[in-house]
Amino acid sequence: MSFRRMKAFRILRFARAAVVAIFLALAAAPTAFAMQTAPPGQSEYVPIKDLPPTEQMPAAPLLIAAYAFVWVAVLVYLWTIWRRLGKVEAEMRELAQKTTRR
Amino acid sequence: MRKAFAPLVVVVAALFVSAPYFIAQAPYESTMGLIQKIMYFHVPSWIGMYTAIFVCGIASAIYLFQNNTAADRYAASAAELAVLFGLMGLVTGPLWGRKAWGVWWEWDVRLTSALLLELVFVGYLLVRKYGGPGSEKLAAATAIFGFAVAPFVYKSVDIWRTVHPKTSVVPTLPRVMAGPLALTALAFVLLFLVLLTLRVRLAERQAMLDELYLAHED
Repeated sequence: MSFRRMKAFRILRFARAAVVAIFLALAAAPTAFAMQTAPPGQSEYVPIKDLPPTEQMPAAPLLIAAYAFVWVAVLVYLWTIWRRLGKVEAEMRELAQKTTRR
Repeated sequence: MRKAFAPLVVVVAALFVSAPYFIAQAPYESTMGLIQKIMYFHVPSWIGMYTAIFVCGIASAIYLFQNNTAADRYAASAAELAVLFGLMGLVTGPLWGRKAWGVWWEWDVRLTSALLLELVFVGYLLVRKYGGPGSEKLAAATAIFGFAVAPFVYKSVDIWRTVHPKTSVVPTLPRVMAGPLALTALAFVLLFLVLLTLRVRLAERQAMLDELYLAHED
């Protein structure tokens, strides 16, 4: 076999492989597209007020209210301790003054 | 405890300042979404309440059987904190339930028994305040009752059918959710210790004032 014929044979073999690859790719494309199912088209638009209450309610205000309540409760409790402690200390001072006067 | 108070306050502050970052990093739960993040304060509130009930119950038993007045001061302080942390749980729970269940409140076993447990400790405080002489002993018995009832409240979701999630939810949380929850739980328990220290100090000053009044009358 001459060198020119061998080269032509190789090119032919490469071209055949390329044609087969393109054919396979084209054949697989519809299958791949068929697997991506699009959602069904909407038949009507529903206003948010018609959804169940749990779905239309925003979560953020409830979440913020919960976290804020915990903080407010702690701060109010700390304030009551501070106020009661101040009251006791004042009474102790008053009592000490009365005792000294005697 | 007194020496450890200042570092404890710093640790609690650091935990509460860093908590929002870790809570924000935690993923949304698949069905509840954003509202489920109330869990990071709701569950620790109950952990705080159970810790307070434990301290109150043990201290009340010591006071009742050994007549130890220092233990009584711890019991009274812990009872106040049990009411405080219970209130946090009872408020944050309905805020979560309104979005997740569609109702603020459901008279099921867990919610009702948790409310009753809160009322037991409100009763403890009322008995102490308005019960007159000797009411401390009656209040201590009430606290022991609350201490004995608390495990039933905790296990109620496993024993009876309720809308509330079961106790198996928290131990099976994925690490990304369990991490922030552990952090906030630790923050709440340490916050309990800080508040208990302050409240016990107030009780000690009140006891000192009573002694001064007695000495003054003599």
